[in-house]
Amino acid sequence: MMHMLKKLLCFSCLAACVLSLTGCHGSRKQNTIAIPESFDTSKDYEITFWAKNDTNKTQTDIYKKAISDFQKQYPNITVTLRLYTDYGKIYNDVITNIATNTTPNVCITYPDHIATYLTGEGTVVPLDAFFTDEKYGLGGSEVAFDAPKQSELIPYFLDECSFAGHYYAVPFMRSTEACYVNKTYVEELGYTLPETLTWDFIWEVSEAATAKDANGKFLVNQQEVMIPFIYKSTDNMMIQMLRQKEAGYSTDSGEIQLFNDTTKELLYTIASHVKNGAFSTFKISSYPANFLNAGQCIFAIDSTAGATWMGCDAPLVDISKEALVKFDTEVMTIPQFDPQNPQMISQGPSLCIFGKEDPQEVLASWLFTQYLLTNEVQIAYSRTEGYVPVTKKAQESEEYQDYLSRCGEDNSAYYDVKIKASKLLLDHVNDTFVTPVFNGSASLRDAAGQLIENVTKSVRRKQEINDDYIEKLYNDVASLCHLGESSAAGNGKKELGPLPGASAALLGVLFAVWCVIFLYLAFQTLKKAKKDC
Amino acid sequence: MKKGIAFLTALSLTLTFSVTALAGETSEGVMTHDEYVAAELETEVTVETYVQAKQSWWEDKATVYSQNEDGAYFLYNMACSEEDYEKLVPGTKIKVTGYKAEWSGEVEIIDATFEILEGEEYIAPVTDVTELLGKDELIEHQNEFVAFKGMTVEAAGQDENGNDVAFLYNWDGSGTDGDDLYFNVSLNGETYTFTVESYLCDNTTDVYKAVTELKIGDIIDMEGFLYWYEGVNPHITTVTAAK
Repeated sequence: MMHMLKKLLCFSCLAACVLSLTGCHGSRKQNTIAIPESFDTSKDYEITFWAKNDTNKTQTDIYKKAISDFQKQYPNITVTLRLYTDYGKIYNDVITNIATNTTPNVCITYPDHIATYLTGEGTVVPLDAFFTDEKYGLGGSEVAFDAPKQSELIPYFLDECSFAGHYYAVPFMRSTEACYVNKTYVEELGYTLPETLTWDFIWEVSEAATAKDANGKFLVNQQEVMIPFIYKSTDNMMIQMLRQKEAGYSTDSGEIQLFNDTTKELLYTIASHVKNGAFSTFKISSYPANFLNAGQCIFAIDSTAGATWMGCDAPLVDISKEALVKFDTEVMTIPQFDPQNPQMISQGPSLCIFGKEDPQEVLASWLFTQYLLTNEVQIAYSRTEGYVPVTKKAQESEEYQDYLSRCGEDNSAYYDVKIKASKLLLDHVNDTFVTPVFNGSASLRDAAGQLIENVTKSVRRKQEINDDYIEKLYNDVASLCHLGESSAAGNGKKELGPLPGASAALLGVLFAVWCVIFLYLAFQTLKKAKKDC
Repeated sequence: MKKGIAFLTALSLTLTFSVTALAGETSEGVMTHDEYVAAELETEVTVETYVQAKQSWWEDKATVYSQNEDGAYFLYNMACSEEDYEKLVPGTKIKVTGYKAEWSGEVEIIDATFEILEGEEYIAPVTDVTELLGKDELIEHQNEFVAFKGMTVEAAGQDENGNDVAFLYNWDGSGTDGDDLYFNVSLNGETYTFTVESYLCDNTTDVYKAVTELKIGDIIDMEGFLYWYEGVNPHITTVTAAK
């Protein structure tokens, strides 16, 4: 069941806030690992792979098969899989293990998280040299399987893994958000879905759907529950709204711009619709899919990687069969302010490699990482949800094209909502964007969502939303997420706390050595002067 | 006349005070469980209750199962320092103020603060709700410490070789040791999914071990907290062979 995600929310949110502070003392130090001339097949290597799945057994089976197939190619490498279902938990564990020097070898990650990992010394391996190495680089001459070349990675997705002048990750899968629409109810309310959803359209239909009969039942579904519009990730909601409005969020260097007047306007709009019962969020109400499938929601916005839960014929369902309601599901891009210029977030797992003392071990990690980019893994994993492969090699393959062409053939492997969600991203890759990555960007993302969550809760609790409220909200959220303390945009001097004992001792030794040198030089100069006299 | 009025006033004040004192282990402004149940969602609530079990603490937020003589309260992500969390041992009396909320059928108190109160400890007795499974009245015991007796273990899914198994790591078997355990138990032809919540009972606990050792067809007694997720989804804390 999906509800386990709720208990992980606190981890994912708070880890983002707190853990970004851990690196205040350290300066970014690049892990420069030399690529061995040749991979040593005479020695055994054990590497660990921390992987994230969407609580989806097929995905974990694909990881296991990938490991098994890879080990057949490289019998001297043993890969140990550790499974997670939440990025925040991986992030938390990685931070803990950086401190003890027990990081995994290969890890599923978000670029935002890598920015924090990099504040530790020599943690994440820059991959630029690995990409281009003639023998072991992407598609290199000595790689034992059919790996993609760098030119075969989708440039848009690869660029998302580049920051601070280096590639610190490779994309593994990509998704975006989609609006899963109960088309039946939209039409029963007297509306026709436009080619591209707009925010105005969604708000208008959602307001119309709140009408009740004399018995207190909603007219549109004849039930006692109807939340017309539910958003799963309010972080994404705010980020995408601001982007579409060309309003500030952050600069590339980490200056925080989130707390601006456009954000305020958006919060007022959201508040007005919460007040009428037209809008809620996952954190407050529950999974959009559960409400959608029960005929209690009309516009459910969630990741394309959640498509298999969406719609009354969905292969994965969390509510009882009796609660399911029949309706037609439409998969659309998220609502836009300017439908001529649609913009949506690009998201999904990437892979990073952690530095180890033995360059051979790092090379083993890199070889396994490359294996996860082969067509076998890319196509199989992308079929589990509304993901898309990150290589042209996989996307253009006959096998993948055949998969896409069989949309709707059944309600499992070829479930139409899932394949339409993948196609949505494939058709809009050029309309996707990512937010700047810097130490603290994970906290900023959390703050963006927190603004919407707090306003929504407050309205439901009959509190008035006015300028004073917003001002206090901005201060509270900035403080809660430690914004400005960890990012490059930190205002003024940062209080770093007392110097660690080891550092103080080192500085003491350095000072003593310089004193000795100075005394020696002074002594020599005096001696020479005496001689000259 | 004046004396009479003075006497009656004094008498009524004394009686009022005495009645309040007798009724009274709850402070002013504290709701009874009935009042809590009747309260609208999203309204502020204040209850006095006793810690029964702790699920998790993370960065000054605690999730706690609590109960008093009248009913139970699930306290989700309550503001709590790590130091205070250590004090929240089973039986501890606390006064909680927060907002009543519902998430997928689970009624809970969120955004809460609490204070530890002086007073006797209270551990709720277990209530056998076996006969209420499948009935509407079951929800009246939501979040309480309950027992289910004489239920039969059914197949929870299949392993990689297609063999039926008695439990799964995560709901679909996608997890590994340390994740939540899901298992199915039946009574009178109806099958229910129960959970060992790994934050409440991790893989070092007896119940976790007991569930991983279940066999299909075993008849078992269970205790746990009556959690809700789109229907009843008890968080089991003990499993024993049926007596």
